[in-house]
Amino acid sequence: MEGVWDVALVLFQVWVSIVVGLIMLPAMFGVSLGFTDIYIKVLVKILEWATLRIQRGQKEQPTPPSQPANGIIEKEDGSMEEEIEELRRSHPKNLAGGDFTLCDVFYFCKNGIENIVEDQVTQRFTSEELASWNLLTRTNNNFRYISVRLTIIWGLGVFIRYCILLPLRVTLAAIGLSWLVIGTTLVGLLPNSNAKNWLSDLVHITCYRICARGLSATIHYHNKENRPKKGGICVANHTSPIDIVILANDGCYAMVGQVHGGLLGVIQRSIVRSCPHVWFERSEMKDRHAVAKRLKDHIADKTKLPILIFPEGTCINNTSVMMFKKGSFEIGGTIYPVAIKYDPQFGDAFWNSAKYNMVSYILRMMTSWAIVCNVWYLPPMTRQDGEDAVHFANRVKSAIAYQGGLVDLSWDGGLKRAKVKEFYKEEQQKMYSSMIVGSDSHEAFVDPM
Amino acid sequence: MGSTSSTLLKIPNVEELVQETGFSPAHIIRLYDRFKVLDKEGRGHLCPKDFGAIKELAMNPIRDRIISAFFSPGKETVDFYTFVKIMAHFRPVDKDRPKDPNSPEPINSRSNKLKFAFQLYDQDKDGKISRDELLKVLRDMLGMQVTEEQLESIADRTIQEADLDRDDAISFEEFRKSLEKVNIDHKMSIRFLR
Repeated sequence: MEGVWDVALVLFQVWVSIVVGLIMLPAMFGVSLGFTDIYIKVLVKILEWATLRIQRGQKEQPTPPSQPANGIIEKEDGSMEEEIEELRRSHPKNLAGGDFTLCDVFYFCKNGIENIVEDQVTQRFTSEELASWNLLTRTNNNFRYISVRLTIIWGLGVFIRYCILLPLRVTLAAIGLSWLVIGTTLVGLLPNSNAKNWLSDLVHITCYRICARGLSATIHYHNKENRPKKGGICVANHTSPIDIVILANDGCYAMVGQVHGGLLGVIQRSIVRSCPHVWFERSEMKDRHAVAKRLKDHIADKTKLPILIFPEGTCINNTSVMMFKKGSFEIGGTIYPVAIKYDPQFGDAFWNSAKYNMVSYILRMMTSWAIVCNVWYLPPMTRQDGEDAVHFANRVKSAIAYQGGLVDLSWDGGLKRAKVKEFYKEEQQKMYSSMIVGSDSHEAFVDPM
Repeated sequence: MGSTSSTLLKIPNVEELVQETGFSPAHIIRLYDRFKVLDKEGRGHLCPKDFGAIKELAMNPIRDRIISAFFSPGKETVDFYTFVKIMAHFRPVDKDRPKDPNSPEPINSRSNKLKFAFQLYDQDKDGKISRDELLKVLRDMLGMQVTEEQLESIADRTIQEADLDRDDAISFEEFRKSLEKVNIDHKMSIRFLR
């Protein structure tokens, strides 16, 4: 009996020293030992091989070539006016614009049916479909037995991910988070000084680096010269709570958010001791002026870290950028846009909060192959004279979408849960009626707020 | 992701569907995936609320008419089979189909597409678009943007042009005649990219 315990103890010690020596210490100094790079390279080779095998297997069954098309049905590009004009051109009466014809209904009908088959918004709240399988059961909608070798590799993958990587990652995450809480509390005991700020930054970055290793995250930062500076506001597209870890690996930010209970609350309370973050009570969030004032005060103080905000307000599936809420753009100050794009091949980072709660989501993250992403720092932008917040927000959003290769949508991410306002239907009616009755007051399409 | 036998197995009556609607198995799988996405609670059928949740459909002025086209009178739910059959109306016309007088008319024939559109107008299904029904559609499509008088004059004009037997209503034949030059196949068809 004693022997078993001794062996277990030795194993445990070996395990801890591996973790500390090979992962934690390098993380603290920002040094990479290259394990993750090798791992990713090997993974890419295996996935390429798997893709070829699947394609070969599929050749027996003739299927249409899978294009990475943006949609599954052909959609007309024309505006409502162009489409209806075309409809009417073949009408015997051939009215030159204006007046109602029975065939007008075809346009709305086809449009409606197209949206039933595929719409731009709903698909953004489900995970992106992969062009080829990446050997994770969860992304395989149509698993079909292809070959023994593929199944073996898949089985090996399951074993490695669940039995080797998962415990390792959970250990790292636990260490990272507890170190964050302990470290920041300790730093918080110091009197305010430059040394305190430096230590606080060090503790934060170390812990986020350990957490990133806990996800096998490989992050490529581009254009580091545009990194957000103090007194500024950093805005980024939102895909998952992990975004914070991704960004905080390369810089220190002041977080903004609601006060939570539980573990998250503990973390929130401790990190605010070492450097100022902006946490709001639930009741305060309703008062937009109070919120704006606190943020303004924060950025006015040039010694405080840049604020990190996700203006979409909710998680989107990383294929598009949805409407940016104008609140963050009304505060003033310099905006530092950041685009984050995950590579879905190695793991799907999107948090579908309707489907998974936080714990299942984290488990899914930790049993994926890896998290690989690109972060682009874009040049700072400020609001121009006479530009309103909505226009500015759209400008920033377009820049981020362009850089990240994401679709730029004007839809509100809040539509995930809310119903579409009647406003949109009225806009359609307005457009149509101006064709029929030829009204002079043809207003442009304005984003509602 | 390509059609595979395992997904096809999950869909009931797949061969019948292929026969009746003319959709390829790959497209039926696409529709099945979409059906499952819309059926958020996984009940196996859709109700009007599920259609209403589609954001872009919500801004369509005649969305309620389109949605009710999926539900037979009196029924509150639509299963996958019926869903695909309705969608089959919008399959592009098969240009090289042999004209077999014994087989039933395909769901996506020009005539059936026109019937689908006709029913969007003719909500009480009496085979005629009455002046009232036309007014209702116009009100849906134009909302508050035009006055009542303008609506009525548009309705009157439309009936005047199309109504050949002077019964103050548009029958299906008159509807068809009025639109005989319109390229129905192009305007009432949805093409799958893959």
